[in-house]
Amino acid sequence: MAEERMEEEEEKEREKENAKYSILIPTYNERLNIALIVYLIFKHLRDVNFEIIIVDDGSPDGTQDVIRQLQQVYGEDRILLRARPRKLGLGTAYYHGLKHASGDFVIIMDADLSHHPKYLPSFIRKQKETGANIVTGTRYVKNGGVHGWNLMRKLTSRGANVLAQTLLWPGVSDLTGSFRLYERSVLEDVITSCVSKGYVFQMEMIVRATRKGYHVEEVPITFVDRVFGSSKLGGSEIVEYLKGLVYLLFTT
Amino acid sequence: MKHILKIMGLLAAISAIWIGLLETSVVPRSYTWLLPIYLIVTLGCYGLLMVGVGLMFFPTCPQEAVLLQQDIAEAREFLIGKAIDVGSD
Ligand SMILES: Nc1nc2c(ncn2[C@@H]2O[C@H](COP(=O)(O)OP(=O)(O)OP(=O)(O)O)[C@@H](O)[C@H]2O)c(=O)[nH]1
Ligand SMILES: [Mg+2]
Repeated sequence: MAEERMEEEEEKEREKENAKYSILIPTYNERLNIALIVYLIFKHLRDVNFEIIIVDDGSPDGTQDVIRQLQQVYGEDRILLRARPRKLGLGTAYYHGLKHASGDFVIIMDADLSHHPKYLPSFIRKQKETGANIVTGTRYVKNGGVHGWNLMRKLTSRGANVLAQTLLWPGVSDLTGSFRLYERSVLEDVITSCVSKGYVFQMEMIVRATRKGYHVEEVPITFVDRVFGSSKLGGSEIVEYLKGLVYLLFTT
Repeated sequence: MKHILKIMGLLAAISAIWIGLLETSVVPRSYTWLLPIYLIVTLGCYGLLMVGVGLMFFPTCPQEAVLLQQDIAEAREFLIGKAIDVGSD
């Protein structure tokens, strides 16, 4: 009996060792970044079983041509292009990519090199060490940091964070970051109950996950503001954020 | 439980204590009347302080930008060798 259980445990251990990771990257006009990030992912995840799923929303700048070239080099089984005909938004892009993910874990990251692939091993290590359901990258701790923000951007970011921390008690220090590792079933569960867009979406995901009692761990990451391409989130971000905060107060 | 209810609960508890203080007048009434104002001011100060401290100790990483440039150069070299379009600067 005990022996049997031991074997089962070992089996589980082995499964964990060979866990597969699906790296989900939404893109819109990231022609200059996508090849760089794919190269860096392969460089930093040498002994890991992973696939890259790119959800491109019909970028007019030829992002998909570059992705096809990359498939020739790295293989179509490692780089999956799951395109959509037109720009349908980030939240649904994750959902779309997730449907095609075959890994035990799903890692979500931006294509614009603000999320450096060199941190991927620390996400994976943290998950293995703690057995967490979610590992989220946080910028506001020791060894973390941001580069390239002006004072105004820093101020809004700090203000937004203090407000959310005081009102929502989320238990996570960086709510709007989107560099995260999820157990696949957990992501499937959480994402279906999220309706927000933009920054609020990231916040909603992590707040709902903590409310559902999932185990969330953090790893420090640094964030260098995008070098190539242009930002797609803009306009009345602050108003949207405040609305999102109120929405989360009432629904979580 | 929705989070707003938790906060309402907290507020209700604080109000209850306050009313209790008013009724029993352990502390002089005039002080008790001022307590909510103190509370709001304290909360505001706490918020401003947290934002201020956060700004002062905002973690930055200029060296990361340099490292990233090196990584980009390295990636470029490899990708150009594979005839992948990495654009011209
Ligand atoms: N598929 C898809 N991807 C998108 C869409 N909008 C943005 N993205 C991608 O989502 C990621 C994050 O978008 P960004 O524009 O960098 O947003 P941000 O990081 O908040 O803003 P920046 O300051 O520009 O870095 C990038 O990889 C984008 O290419 C969209 O509508 N569809
Ligand atoms: Mg970005």
